[in-house]
Amino acid sequence: MTQTLRPPRGLWRRVSDLFYLHPGLLLFLLLVPPMLWMGIIYLGSLFNLLLYSFYSINGFTGQLEYRFTLDTFKTLLTTPANTDIVIRTVLMALAVTLACGLIAFPIAFYMAFYTRGNTRTLWYMLVLLPLWSSYLVRVYAGRLILAQEGVVSWFFAQLHLSWLLDAILKTPVLGGPSLASSYFGMFVVFTYIWLPYMILPLLASLERVPKSLIQASADLGARPGQTFRRVIWPLAVPGVAAGSIFTFSLTLGDYIIPQVVGQPGFFIGQMVYIQQGTAGNIPLAAAFSVVPIVVITLYLLLVRRLGAFDAL
Amino acid sequence: MKAKPSLALRIAAIAGIAFLHFPLLIILLYAFTTEDRTYQFPPPGLTLKWFGVAFARQDMWAALGLSLRVALVATAVALVLGTMVAGAMYRFNFLGKDVVTLSLILPIALPGILTGIALLTTINRLGLEPSFWTIVIGHATFCMVTVYNNVVARFRRLTPSQIEASMDLGADGFQTFRYVILPGIATALLAGGMLAFALSFDEVIVTTFTAGQDKTLPIWFLSELFKPRERPVTNVVAIFVTAVTFVPILLAQRLTQSGEELHGGGKTT
Repeated sequence: MTQTLRPPRGLWRRVSDLFYLHPGLLLFLLLVPPMLWMGIIYLGSLFNLLLYSFYSINGFTGQLEYRFTLDTFKTLLTTPANTDIVIRTVLMALAVTLACGLIAFPIAFYMAFYTRGNTRTLWYMLVLLPLWSSYLVRVYAGRLILAQEGVVSWFFAQLHLSWLLDAILKTPVLGGPSLASSYFGMFVVFTYIWLPYMILPLLASLERVPKSLIQASADLGARPGQTFRRVIWPLAVPGVAAGSIFTFSLTLGDYIIPQVVGQPGFFIGQMVYIQQGTAGNIPLAAAFSVVPIVVITLYLLLVRRLGAFDAL
Repeated sequence: MKAKPSLALRIAAIAGIAFLHFPLLIILLYAFTTEDRTYQFPPPGLTLKWFGVAFARQDMWAALGLSLRVALVATAVALVLGTMVAGAMYRFNFLGKDVVTLSLILPIALPGILTGIALLTTINRLGLEPSFWTIVIGHATFCMVTVYNNVVARFRRLTPSQIEASMDLGADGFQTFRYVILPGIATALLAGGMLAFALSFDEVIVTTFTAGQDKTLPIWFLSELFKPRERPVTNVVAIFVTAVTFVPILLAQRLTQSGEELHGGGKTT
């Protein structure tokens, strides 16, 4: 620092002293603009959306009625087709989260403990690169890879394993006419698209594991498996939890992947999109959006205990 | 912990990365295919003509320009607001801090479609017109959270004694911020800003609701991909964008890495 400090006078110094003597003022000035933004624009809009879920569409005129009613929620919860959508979406989100965790863990573990310098930068780039490539183009690439005449079928045919692919496609519920139009294919694409969001927080938490702890554990006679279970895993849990918030919530609300890959059955995101758009039933769309809010809130309460919020 | 990874770990890690990159290779391959309606494998022939077709598309350049402007403004807003709230959360303990934490987690924890439809219903209720600024507002909200997360993590690793030393040596609050805190968080600002920019640039879920008639690049992709013809054009544009952004991410990555070593983030021999 070569800057020569001026004598303690001048406007800036006085403002600085004011903040020093009244830290509350500084806190107020720092907090008010961002919180006005979050409070008014974000939470305000969300609140407005919630209000709509208590309105209804008049069955005769098709007009929106600004009157408090629970009818829309009743429609949502008592129509079997709608509850199916909720169950299907939540199950898919759980499956995708689990798969992302299983695939991400070895990658993050390897990067955190066995790479450094340029090699680590290279691995980082490999994880980040998909995030910088268009999400939509990657979703479509997923579809064309899984399509009937796509790469996957081609590989299976070359290896004389087409019977295996057919067996997968014949599985009830998961299967379909082709991988690109099956729930299994949708699951693969979801997992593929959200995988980096699991790797990054997991990696961040594994990188913070002090190497000295691992050495201490080994010095005290723990086998590698014990060190993993007793030292590394507990420290990785916040990262897993943080990553799972992303993968779970991203799957829960996505309306593009179920449209491009998979069977015709609706998912929550699609339902919200269609109800507010072509169907013009904003109250039902709003009621459907309450479902992810409730599910995610429960999920957040659960993972907060695991320290997820510090690892986001 | 052994010095060398087991074979199983190595295979699992490499297979995972391959899973992440195989589709990118396919996108690259199909930018050169001669068949533009279906995507049969292997492609019947290879051609360079889609590059010419893609770069001649005025609507693509317009969408790219709009996306760049939106991402720049949203990132700038997010950097200022995100750093302010990170500073407040690091420096102070106050009543309602948990509420602030929660309101900063919600935009990324709740699915983007909620942000989108919530903003749209509010825009409509207030009688506003979707425009450039409504897109920016939607993007800046989640970008702010990204910046906040990066900067607050760095604040926690700053050494408080440096700040105390600066004050002891007679620097006022602004000088301490300018010469001690800002250099300390600079790489976190860079990393957070880059991530925010990337998120904004590729965002489609919120944007479909807030954009109205405007087309950002992802919305352009969406409309192109639903057309049955000239599909390789989207592959060309996707590759072009990835290639152009590759160098800045690489630089940012290197800078943030060296920053972490400077602050000795728990690294030992």
